[in-house]
Amino acid sequence: MKRFIGFVKKEFLHIFRDYRTLIILFGIPVAQILIFGFAVSTDIKNAGVAFLDLSKDEMTLKLSDKIISSGFFKKTDNLVNYNDIDKVFKTGKTKAVIVFEENFGSNLLKKGKANLSIIADGSEPNVATLVTNYAMAIINDFSRELNRPATNNSILIQPEVKMLYNPNLKSYFMFVPGVITLILILICALMTSVTITREKEFGTMEVLLVSPLKPVQIILGKVTPYFLLSFINVILILVLSWLVFGLPVKGSITLLLLESMLYILMSLSLGILISTVSKTMQQAIFISFIGLMLPTILLSGFIFPIENMPKIYDYVSMILPPRYFIVIIKSIMIKGTGFYYVWKETIILVLMTIVFIGISIKKFKIRLD
Amino acid sequence: MFGNDNMNDKVIDVHDLVKKFGSFVANDNLNFEVYKGEIFGFLGANGAGKTTAIRILSGLSRPTSGEVKVAGFDAYKQTELIKKNIGYMCQKFSLYEDLTVKENIMLYGGIYGMKLALIKKRISELLERLSFQEYENSIISDLPLGLRQKLAFSVAVLHEPKIVFLDEPTGGVDPITRRQFWEMIYETAARGITVFVTTHYMDEAEYCDRISIMSEGKIVALDTPLALKKRYETETVEEVFIKIARPLKN
Repeated sequence: MKRFIGFVKKEFLHIFRDYRTLIILFGIPVAQILIFGFAVSTDIKNAGVAFLDLSKDEMTLKLSDKIISSGFFKKTDNLVNYNDIDKVFKTGKTKAVIVFEENFGSNLLKKGKANLSIIADGSEPNVATLVTNYAMAIINDFSRELNRPATNNSILIQPEVKMLYNPNLKSYFMFVPGVITLILILICALMTSVTITREKEFGTMEVLLVSPLKPVQIILGKVTPYFLLSFINVILILVLSWLVFGLPVKGSITLLLLESMLYILMSLSLGILISTVSKTMQQAIFISFIGLMLPTILLSGFIFPIENMPKIYDYVSMILPPRYFIVIIKSIMIKGTGFYYVWKETIILVLMTIVFIGISIKKFKIRLD
Repeated sequence: MFGNDNMNDKVIDVHDLVKKFGSFVANDNLNFEVYKGEIFGFLGANGAGKTTAIRILSGLSRPTSGEVKVAGFDAYKQTELIKKNIGYMCQKFSLYEDLTVKENIMLYGGIYGMKLALIKKRISELLERLSFQEYENSIISDLPLGLRQKLAFSVAVLHEPKIVFLDEPTGGVDPITRRQFWEMIYETAARGITVFVTTHYMDEAEYCDRISIMSEGKIVALDTPLALKKRYETETVEEVFIKIARPLKN
């Protein structure tokens, strides 16, 4: 029995001395609870709504006000014509547009029914569904209040719901861009960091450094195959999703591929950075997985929209590169936007790449001296 | 042993080498020369500063002060040229385990700028010398340790460098293989390639033309094994080492 206890003691020591096992045992469960508790939300707060009011009468103003003052929506814009709808969705701030038909108020009072459209941003199916349901509930409530004086429900507002960009509200519209984002950063960062730390672990890095190969040649040489293969991967996924799901690229394919190359470059430089702080392959894999994959899936806006999370998660997700690329890829693929709408995110990715490369070079130089 | 006409052909020339890391002095005024075709043993206790010195000599790091010339090139400004003219073999094996013998040799030949025809010629010479011909397309991890080490050494001198640095090359290998390895070292030195070897095996120190012993950042002995044994009145180099090399203070 004593032998057994002695052995169990040793196992406890292993666990407590290694920060990685502690993270897995305690850190991850705690993080999961916090993230899932807040990130997965079926509520919406301050969802952007724009109005295309073709009547501008008392009824439409009252209903608009009711929608805005519900606390679930905030007004982003008053649109002038149908062309504005696409534009306002492309900025990404608006999740739904309410369109009131002409003579809304008079139709309602004289004919007993009037039409309005709820047009939602279908590129985020989860959000679109929520937003639509909440809007419908508010509109129904409004109808009921109008009917109260009468005994028969003679007044009816008929909302027509349209999901823009994703008419059938297919979830793969959300998943395909998200999967591309996740796979690229995982493969590039993980594989790059592993291949560099592998040389360190096996001692072949020293030999390479002593050889006539310049350090920059070594790093570039490591990175080039992954760059090419990842690029082929992107094309493969796009072709597959087009063939299997019928999901085309609405916007410019060239722009999409260029942005993908930027993202791949950023992920590769992140992998290099991870390799400068990892001594072994195991460490590199651990950091890449726990540090990259989990936050990317949960906090980058891949599945759970960032807008619905508490502000603090929003701030945390600002340091995650995938957050920006998801916006870019969804915009181009599904909304068909041009560079004009994604330049901010693009610049951020460029800056991140420069920072990662800069820090890596600095760490590398320190090591050499 | 090297002939007298090589006496003036210095391949390593070190004067007052100092290397500091912050306030810690890893190399404290080292002075030594190594001549062409010598087998030079570089000994010292762990933490004495050997690895630091070797990194400077192989162009991996720059001295804090002092003159250091390797293969005739300056260790401050001409590290690229130094790297082109030296070979290196470390204890952890320099060969890629998932590549074949031939693939490894082709890789290093290419890195050292050798022309394809020359690489192919050297491959067949090398394989013949080691009686390795059937292993040409074997994956390294399938080969026994002793074979791998001999191969690693051959690859390190493939491009006929002026000096080859061997960092504890015979770690974990049986005595017979070690002896064969040292025969290869003799052959290499006879070809005019200087061999700079560090080792913890004191019997290997006896095989060297000259040895130096480092202790706490300084060189405390530098001479032929015979001369050192006479001076310190011991039978073996090991006893000399124990007498004068001090371990790292706790």
